[in-house]
This record gives sequence, structure tokens and C-alpha cells, in this order.
Amino acid sequence: MTAHDPSSTSLQLTSDGQLKHFLTLDDLDRALLTDILDTADSFIEVGERTIKNVPLLRGRTVVNLFFESSTRTRSTFELAAKRLSADVLNLDISTSATSKGESLSDTLLNLEAMASDMFVVRHSQSGAPHFIAESVTPGVAIINAGDGRHAHPTQAMLDMLTIRQHKSRFEGLKVAIVGDILHSRVARSQIRALNTLGVAEVRVIAPATLLPSDVESLGCKVEYDMTRGLDDLDVVIMLRLQRERMEGALLPSEREFYRLYGLSTEKLALARPDCIVMHPGPINRGVEIESAVADGPQSVILNQVTNGIAIRMAVMSMAMSGQVSERARARSQEMGS
Amino acid sequence: MTLGDRTETPLAIKGVLKIENGTQLTAAGKSAQPICLLLQDGLIVAEGQQAAEANADLVLDARGCLVAPGLIDLYCNLREPGAGQKGNIASETRAAAKGGYTTVCAAPDSSPINDSSAVTHLIRDVASARSPIRVLPLGAATRGLEGELLSDMAGLSNAGCVALSNGAETIRNARVLRRAMAYAQTFGYTLMLQPRNQSLAADGFAHDGTVTARLGLLGIPEVAETTAVMEMLLLAEETGVRLHLSQLSTARSVDMVADAQARGVKVSADVAMHQLVFTEAALAGFDSRFHVQPPLRSERDRQGLLAGVRSGVIGAIVSQHQPHDSAAKRAPFGATEPGLSAVESVLSLGLSLVGQGELAITDLVRALTDGPAAILGLPTPALAVGQVADLCIVDPEASWTADAVTILSAGKHVPLSGQPLTGVVRHTICNGQLAWSLS
Repeated sequence: MTAHDPSSTSLQLTSDGQLKHFLTLDDLDRALLTDILDTADSFIEVGERTIKNVPLLRGRTVVNLFFESSTRTRSTFELAAKRLSADVLNLDISTSATSKGESLSDTLLNLEAMASDMFVVRHSQSGAPHFIAESVTPGVAIINAGDGRHAHPTQAMLDMLTIRQHKSRFEGLKVAIVGDILHSRVARSQIRALNTLGVAEVRVIAPATLLPSDVESLGCKVEYDMTRGLDDLDVVIMLRLQRERMEGALLPSEREFYRLYGLSTEKLALARPDCIVMHPGPINRGVEIESAVADGPQSVILNQVTNGIAIRMAVMSMAMSGQVSERARARSQEMGS
Repeated sequence: MTLGDRTETPLAIKGVLKIENGTQLTAAGKSAQPICLLLQDGLIVAEGQQAAEANADLVLDARGCLVAPGLIDLYCNLREPGAGQKGNIASETRAAAKGGYTTVCAAPDSSPINDSSAVTHLIRDVASARSPIRVLPLGAATRGLEGELLSDMAGLSNAGCVALSNGAETIRNARVLRRAMAYAQTFGYTLMLQPRNQSLAADGFAHDGTVTARLGLLGIPEVAETTAVMEMLLLAEETGVRLHLSQLSTARSVDMVADAQARGVKVSADVAMHQLVFTEAALAGFDSRFHVQPPLRSERDRQGLLAGVRSGVIGAIVSQHQPHDSAAKRAPFGATEPGLSAVESVLSLGLSLVGQGELAITDLVRALTDGPAAILGLPTPALAVGQVADLCIVDPEASWTADAVTILSAGKHVPLSGQPLTGVVRHTICNGQLAWSLS
């Protein structure tokens, strides 16, 4: 017997299965992920026009609530919101309210009083966007822009879009994620998305110190050896290695890590010739990836950045539309009763 | 006098109280026949036919109910002195009485910490004025619970502390731990310790396993407990101290304690009720109520802990009651404070284990009465003539729902709140006085 399971499904989906928040990829099915990718595809075309705006979020206020600093993720969310014609407020909370001792719930109450429609949240605590989604006023959508080590679902979805663009399918693909899986919210979301979308195999390649306990339970195979791990591979995703990992005695040195797990031209040659190289950025040249590989013909790292805007436009517009239809349903039920 | 009064203080009973028609339940089992007990001046003065024929000033009809010895809790946070926003001795002992408890040990991590006889006296004075049940203070084993300097153990004991505990804190330095054990052993004191290797537990707050892998919560590995248990067992064996391991969470710990007991080490152990009912799966959705220390672990661990209770290796089930103000639990999981408001639901959760065949009702009663009494060196609770009248009357079929209104504790973060729980305490009698009566 265990406690009730307030699964995130009910939290981020409307009663008819539409997205109303975007917190995690756990419990989102293949159809919904495909829907997000298809919607993003339609927005890529918008980005290629001279006038890049569509009016889907006109009159809506989107608050970028970043409790952890970020350049790329925040700016692509801001661009995405602006292309959807929303009013955007950027709040760098890491340097303001919470450092004055205000609690997260109090900060939120204040922001809600400004009649916002959507919070894009990045927080160092795993589960912070869940907590916010449980406590906000109904009608406000929460988009997870990265929480602790838990999830970074928009990053994972833009990676899936990039894979689909280059491989045009997920079936049969062999994908490896290399490096610091333990601390990576990106890896957790990617493993989930790849499994849901039906790839043949997900490998994680890292020393045991950079792997979570029971990592196989996420749906991946563990490979300690890069040579074996790259064999017959279609997609290799490199993760950023933080310098502080050496201090925590997780690794001896950057040099040893690069020698064993860094992606060099020679190692990449072990994968399939059409294997694409991905990295959520920012990259550490010479630590996890050789410059020649990062800038080489198999690298799709810059496509990932472009796709980030389209994916974020997709989930923001889908979540807002889910909130609107749920509110309409609630209103009609009130009138009916 | 009506029985409907929800009393703040013991409802003074003048004269004689009679309990009739209930089924007696002790660690030995259920009585075949309905029992009748006569209580006077804090004692059970007659039973059976003699009690039935006697006159009484107040009669409690226990038809359909179980009459059991009052429950004893080895570890309960009463939050007084120092944390009034989370609860106080009056509110939390009243909640404990509603849960069927007649004796609770007060955890030492109040503020100030109970590491001096002055604090012990304060707790006892407040309890004697405001608590409907017995409060037995646990003294801090080290000053400030910091694990560095020994507390005045003899002074604490003389002031009324029943054992020494280091609360939720660890004694990191093995030399200090060894000396604390040797010193406690000198005077025959029981040392209660929550086994945790802090360098392995680090900043974690959830079981390092499948759920942390998925949710990305910082994990506390099983070895954070088992390495500490092994160290403590070896040191206890050498020093000869009476060691009590508080709130075990892993199956491996139970095995190690069983081995140590078999070779004659004076070691006992307890487990929190929530560890017997829930697993790491309860954390799905980041439910911060289930942020507890030690963390909820795997189903295999839960099974091992249950087996430990059944075999008696684990002598007691504790509430590990930790009431909090709502703000302490209203934050992202890792930023919340650990602990459940547990004291009112322990019996219902225990009965649910009985209902599912995971625990015999006699094991449950033993772990909530005889077991903790033995660990504290108290007489074995019994419903017999000449015994202190500490008992509870429980309707095992009635159900209730835990919510902000029904929960008397200042902490409203109760497991399974909003869902029907089975087992309602109708009356709790402590020292012959009504400590709780259901309205």
C-alpha cells in the first residue's frame, strides 16, 4: 500500500487531455509529443518570414521567472513569447525578492496580483514548477524552463525536433547521451522523450560517479566505455560538464574526462557515418567536445538553438489554449449548475 | 458530566469509573469475553464480575470497541519550548491523546535544546499543567545536539529525562560517539540515536533510488544509514551501552540489528509508522508531506521493516510526530522541512496494516505498548487489578477523515488526509482520568 499518486498528468493536462501547463514529459503520450513537434514545425515557417509575429498570445502577459540565471533559455522564451505577440516581463529573481528573504509563495502572490497569464519558471529546486502550478490561481499557465535536476522539457523537445528534422523518424534510432547525467535535467527529459517517441535504444555513457542510482529505470542502457557506446550510433548528445564536479570528487580532472568521454573526431568515426552531434549548450570546447566536432558537418548544435524558439512558441500557445478552454468549461459548468 | 466534552485538560473524574462490554486487546491477544474494569484513584481496582457488580460514578460502554493499554510513543516532537508557530505541549499532547497515547517521549530538539535540567524542568512543569497525558522528556546526548561535547547526562536524568537522545542530529565524530556510549553506560542510561552517516547523506532529502532518478531530487543512499548502524553496533558492543536505534528505514539495518541482538549486544530499535505504510513512491508529484528524515525507501525496505516488527527485532513503532506550520511545507520539495504530523493517525495506519494482513494486531499492540515500555524500562502495561489506569478505547470499525478541522495538532500535514481512515479512539484514559473523549 502506498500513498495516493497525485500524478503530474492531472496537474498539467485538462480533463480532455490538452496541455495546460508544461512541467514534465513524464506521462505525456506519443500523440501529444508529436503534436508539439508538428505545431513547432508550423512556427519554424513563421521565423522565416519578414514579419515574424502571430497573434496567438495578443493581450496576454508572460512573466519569465528565472530563479537561476540563464541567457539562452530566457532569451529564446522571450523571443518566442514576443513572436506570439504577448507582453513579456523578465524577472531575474535570483538577484531580487528571494534574496531579501521573501518566500517563493509570497513572490508568486505578488506576481499574480499583476494579472499575469503565464509564468515561465526556472528554479534550482526540482519540483518548483509543480509546486507553483499547484498553488497559482486557475487559468495561469506554468511552463517549466528547467528545475533542479528534474526536467527541462522544452530543451528535450527542441532536441527531438532537431532529431526528427535530420532523421525524419524515431523508430530504429540508437541514441547516446554522454557525460554528466547525474546533475542533468536535460538528460532526464531527453531519455523520457526518446522512449515515448519510440527510438530503438537509449544509451547513457558516463563513469558511475556521474550516473544517478537506478538510472536504467528511466529507460536506458548504461555504457561506461565510449568506444562501445558509440558503436552503430545515429545520434550522440553531449552534456555540459560543470567545473565544480572535480571539487566534489566525482572526477579526477577535466583532462582525464576529455580523454575518456570527450567527443573527438576519432571517436565520432566509431558511430554511424550519418550520426548527428548535439549539445544543449553552452559547450566547453576541449572538455566534453573537440572544436572540430562542434563546428563540423555532423554537428547540429546551432539548429537546436533555432528550434528552441519554435518549440517554446508551440508549448506556450498550446498551454494557453488549454487554460482558455478549461476556463470556458468551468464557466459553462457554473452557469449550468 | 457528559462524555462529549473535548477537554483541554484531563477531565477530572471524582470517584469511580467503570468500563464495560469492551473486548480487551493486549500484546497477548484479544479477550474471548467482554471485559469490565473498575478504575479509581488512577488505578485499576477491580475487573470481571466484581467490577460489573460495583457501582460507579461514570460508566463507559465500550461495546464494539477494543480496550487496550494506552499507547507509548518513544519519539514525539512537542515543539515547546521554542517553536510555538508549529505547536506546543498542550496542542500536541491533546492530539496524542486523541491518537490513543497515554505516554509520549518529548524529543530533545526544542529551542532551547533540552540539554540542561532547567529545560527538562520547564517541559515537565508545562506538561503537568497542560498535558492530559504523561510526557517523558528525552535529554540531549550532546550539548546543543552538536555531537561534540557530552551533555550533563546525570543531571538530565535526575531532572526526569528517561533516556538520552541526539534527536535528528548525528554524532559525526566516532570518538565522541564512543565516549558518549561509555559515559551513558557508566550510569545505565539508554542512548537513543538516529543512525545516519552525514557525509553520505549530505544534502539529500529522498531515498536514492528510482524515484530520485526520475524526479532529480537529491538522494540519501541506503548506506548512509547502514554504515552508521554498523559503526554504532560495534561501538555499543565494545562499550556495553544500552543502545536504541531510532527510526530505522532500511531492511539491511534490521538484519544487522538482528545479528547484534543474537550475539548479545544490548540494542533495540524502532521504526516510524509511516515507514511501514509508505515508500518512495509517495513522493511522486513532489508531495512535500512525505519529505521525512530518514526518507521513505523502497518496497523491499518496507517489507524488511515490517518483518522486523513481526519478529520483534524492532521493538517499537513510533509516531515521529513533527508538527509544522503550513509555511514550512509550502515550498518546492527540497526547500520544505522534514516530518509528518503523525500522532493522530498512527493507530489508523497500523490498523490498515492489520487489515491487509501485513501485521498481526498483537504485533501492532506490542510495538505500541509493551515494546516501548520495555525500551524505557517501564513496567509492562497490563489491564489488571493494581495497574495504573492508562488505556484507550478504540472502535476498530469506525472511520474518520483527517483534515484541517478534525486534526487537533497544530500541524495539518497528515498522511492520507482527505481519505477515509479506519479506527477511531473513543476514549483515552491516563492515570484514571479521561484524557480524550470523542464528541
